[in-house]
Formats: sequence, structure tokens, C-alpha cells
Amino acid sequence: MQDTLTNEEICKPENMVYHRTALLTEAPLSYCPGCGHGTAHRLIMEVIEEMKMQANTIGVAPVGCSVLAYDFMDIDMQQAAHGRAPAVATGIKRLYPDKFVFTYQGDGDLAAIGTCETIHACNRGENITIFFVNNGIYGMTGGQMAPTTLPGMKTATSPFGRDVETMGHPLKITELIANLPGTYFVTRQSVHTPANVRKAKKAIEKAIQYQKLNKGLNFVEIVSNCNSGWKMTPLESNKWMEENMFPFYPLGDIKVPK
Amino acid sequence: MATVKGRIVVDTERCKGCQLCAPVCKEGTIAMSKNLNSKGYQFATSINDDCTGCINCALVCPDGAITVYRVKLN
Repeated sequence: MQDTLTNEEICKPENMVYHRTALLTEAPLSYCPGCGHGTAHRLIMEVIEEMKMQANTIGVAPVGCSVLAYDFMDIDMQQAAHGRAPAVATGIKRLYPDKFVFTYQGDGDLAAIGTCETIHACNRGENITIFFVNNGIYGMTGGQMAPTTLPGMKTATSPFGRDVETMGHPLKITELIANLPGTYFVTRQSVHTPANVRKAKKAIEKAIQYQKLNKGLNFVEIVSNCNSGWKMTPLESNKWMEENMFPFYPLGDIKVPK
Repeated sequence: MATVKGRIVVDTERCKGCQLCAPVCKEGTIAMSKNLNSKGYQFATSINDDCTGCINCALVCPDGAITVYRVKLN
């Protein structure tokens, strides 16, 4: 008899084990199918909901694919000029030291035009949290080469692959800022498998909790896919990411508090 | 026999048919529908009753389109 439960008997509110967090608005996400941005948004909002910090959180949205993050996250948000999110977050945090302040940025925003703001905010040790989604490409503008593009990787502006002789080397900004004394917790995660999603969520929880200690900047990089920029299906792009991105951008904690 | 029974409910209008959920389902419960939603995507759907409510599919769904239910069998 137990094996013949009907849908109605199983799908009751008390049996619900997972649902979309209420801190994401009803607006459909503007991301391409399979993009890791959606998962990253959801994880951050889930953690904020679980910690009951909705009223005490201020987020700073970047320029790039995630420019509309303020439409999707049902918390107080501020939109910053391209790359200037850490500077805006610095001002917000200094005015409201009791609030949880975070920025959500992509690699074109954080590691290209915003390198100056990122490095100086990290070096000053501002008590903010930066969520950095790295997909190695400028996704929103049509898949141009970014500072984080891998050597040999084909993009719209490097159609024969990135040549490090003329186009320079990829920037490992996460390792770079981990060396600065102002950062407290630096980690690199991904969100393409259930196990990685769980690990990334734990890292996001830590990055939020550590901000209460006022010990410095907390930085979570999320290596993600850009299937439309890489010209692959979502599943192919995740496989390509495992084979090519992870050897260059190895996952794990880079700087952990002693 | 499985001691738990699960069900997924897919928000078919929110699903973009990226297919990330299908390979992470160890029971092979999820496949893409032959029907399209209003945006023209083939949405995810469950094709059998083997779901254990492990929430793997919901964790990887970028659009949060999957709600998971689970009951323990006595």
C-alpha cells in the first residue's frame, strides 16, 4: 500500500524538502539556460534567508550579465558603475557598519575595469564580502576575451585562441588578492554539480559570518560556465570547465583564517 | 525497496531546458518533455516514480524551477 502513494499524498507542504528561496523575486532570470549565475544568486539568497539577514543586507550589483541582480534579489541593492562595486560597497559599509554589505561581480567587471578598486579595497581590508563569478569571458557583450580568458581559448576577439605573446597571460586575481594583508578569507568554488553547490554554499556562509568579525575582506570566487560565450551546450560547457578551467583555476580555500 | 519516496514539481514556465538536472539524477527520473513552454523551451519533467527526493536536481537548477517533496515509508 505504501508504494502506491499518489502525487497529492506526497506533494504536501509538510513534505517539501527543497524549494526556490523567497528572497529571489518572481522575475524570470535573464541568464542563458544553464548559466551558473542563477545558482550563485540562489545560494547567496538562501544563506541570507537562513541567517534571517534580509533586513540587514545591502548588495551592490555590477555591470555585466549580472547587472540586473537587483531585479532578482529581494533585498536592498545598489547598482555601481562598471568595476566600481567594491568602492561603492566601501562607502556603504563605512556608513552602515552594522549591515552586511556584499558585491556580486563578474570577471570583466572585477578583474578588468575594476582591478584598481578590487585590489585597493582588498588591500585596505574593507569589511565587505565580494562574490566573484569567473567564466573567463565577457558574456554579456558577446563573448570577447577577458583578462581571465585561458591561453589558447577562442573568443570573439581572439578567434585563433588567446596568444599569450601578444595578448598577455590570464590574471589569477584571486591568488593575487589572497597575498594582500587586508583579506581574511579567500576561496574558490564552483556550482556545476550538487557536491560543488553544497561546498559553495558552505563557503558563502563562512564569508558572511566572517564579515561580523570585522577582520578584513572576504572573497568567494565561483568558477562558472558561459555556454553561449563558449559556443557549447550547458552540459558540454560544464565538462569543458572541468577539463580546462579547473587545472588553471583550482578549486578550494586559498586563504583561511588562522 | 526504497524507504523514501520523492516527487519533483517543475515550474515549467521558469525552466529553460538547460538539461543540467537530468544527468545528476541517479534514479534517471528526469527527462526533457516533448512539449514546449511559452518561451519555446523543452522543460524538464519526471518520467518515472523512482524519485527519492535527494534534491540533487534542485541544487544544480540555475533557475530554481524544481521543488522537491519527500516522504518516509514505514
